Amino acid sequence: MSRPVSITLQNSQDGIAIADAIMADNPEAERKSFPAMTKIDCPGRLVIRGESVSELLGREWDPQEIHMSVISLSGTVDEDDGSFTLFWR
Amino acid sequence: MNIDIQAEAITPRRQTFSHVARRFGVDKPASRYEEATYDIQPMVNFHYRPTWEPERELYDARRTRIVMADWYVFRDPRQFYYATYNISRSAMQQSFDDAANFVEKRELVGSVGAEWRDKVAAYLIPLRHLEWAANMHCQLIADWGFGTQITSAAAFCGTDRLGLAQVISRIGLVLGDGADEKLVAGKKLWMEAPEWQPLRRLAEDLLVVRDWFEVYAAQLVVLDGLVYPLVCDAFDKAGAAHNGAPISMMTGFLSDWFADNSRWTDAVMKAAAAESEENRATLNHWLDIWGVRAVEALTPLAASVLGDLGPAAIADARTQLSARLDRLGLTFAKELAA
Repeated sequence: MSRPVSITLQNSQDGIAIADAIMADNPEAERKSFPAMTKIDCPGRLVIRGESVSELLGREWDPQEIHMSVISLSGTVDEDDGSFTLFWR
Repeated sequence: MNIDIQAEAITPRRQTFSHVARRFGVDKPASRYEEATYDIQPMVNFHYRPTWEPERELYDARRTRIVMADWYVFRDPRQFYYATYNISRSAMQQSFDDAANFVEKRELVGSVGAEWRDKVAAYLIPLRHLEWAANMHCQLIADWGFGTQITSAAAFCGTDRLGLAQVISRIGLVLGDGADEKLVAGKKLWMEAPEWQPLRRLAEDLLVVRDWFEVYAAQLVVLDGLVYPLVCDAFDKAGAAHNGAPISMMTGFLSDWFADNSRWTDAVMKAAAAESEENRATLNHWLDIWGVRAVEALTPLAASVLGDLGPAAIADARTQLSARLDRLGLTFAKELAA
């Protein structure tokens, strides 16, 4: 079951940090850069860890803040305090 | 639902400035923090030597005994540049204002034991003057330091210290029901009270230390590393028996600031110590001499607030700082260990 999930982020300070965190935490993720946005595809499952993003941003980053950087996403969303996950049921 | 976005990709010709690209690679967009700090320090073409120090260049890495191959390893984990710094501090100021307004509006200070109120005024308000000295020290680091990464962060820290002095002043005004009598009395204590004189002498001696990294270690690591735990933990806890909670609401901000600033000072000390054994020895030497002096200077102050429990509180603060420095590969005041 490895239909790709994807997330498209704005190329803002936060968006770039989130994209960097995704690339570090999801070895199979593939990053495409567009003007002003970054699209990341990943087969099956993609995890955004709050801790990784906080580390890159140098401040406490709440996974709920992702909504300020997201342009589009595809996949089923599973959220909890520390992470934001995309997958297909 | 699945929306697939199509866009005409126009590849930007460059991702960042050349000097940043030389460090991190040409195909990587740099963060604002990286663009604002890396390799900004002027390195060549200074023309004239400063009249006040003709043996040095205008910007000179030799103004400290610390030697670094690359002065840009002092990355601030908070990644402060102008915007992020202001956003962070504006939120801090807001949270302090909210707490102070809450205490003031409900006249909560009146419910604190009168004796404890006077004691808080006596230990907290003179610290305004110590914060002012800390601002001067930070500005000296910003002025004589080398490498934008550490000098810009030091300038921000200096501004923090003025802000902290203002926060303490505001608490003083709340304690004095809006009058400045407590502030005036606090300055008199700073200038004349015997328990404050060793600390004032230490702050003033530090004003004439020329090695900016020594000033960094003495003020931002040793002195802050002892004063803040002492004031925010030990002194604050002693207030619990006197219904000191309204005071703690206003001073709680100080420990938040200290935790934030320590992330930066830890990163700086760790990087400097890891560079070479010479640096480590130099830093340990400074931690030694200023550590001994700071402990001596704070002992009478702790005794005046906590009485017989003063020495234990000092020992606590020392243990905390030792543990912190151990993690960074440094040793705090070996001489005291005996």
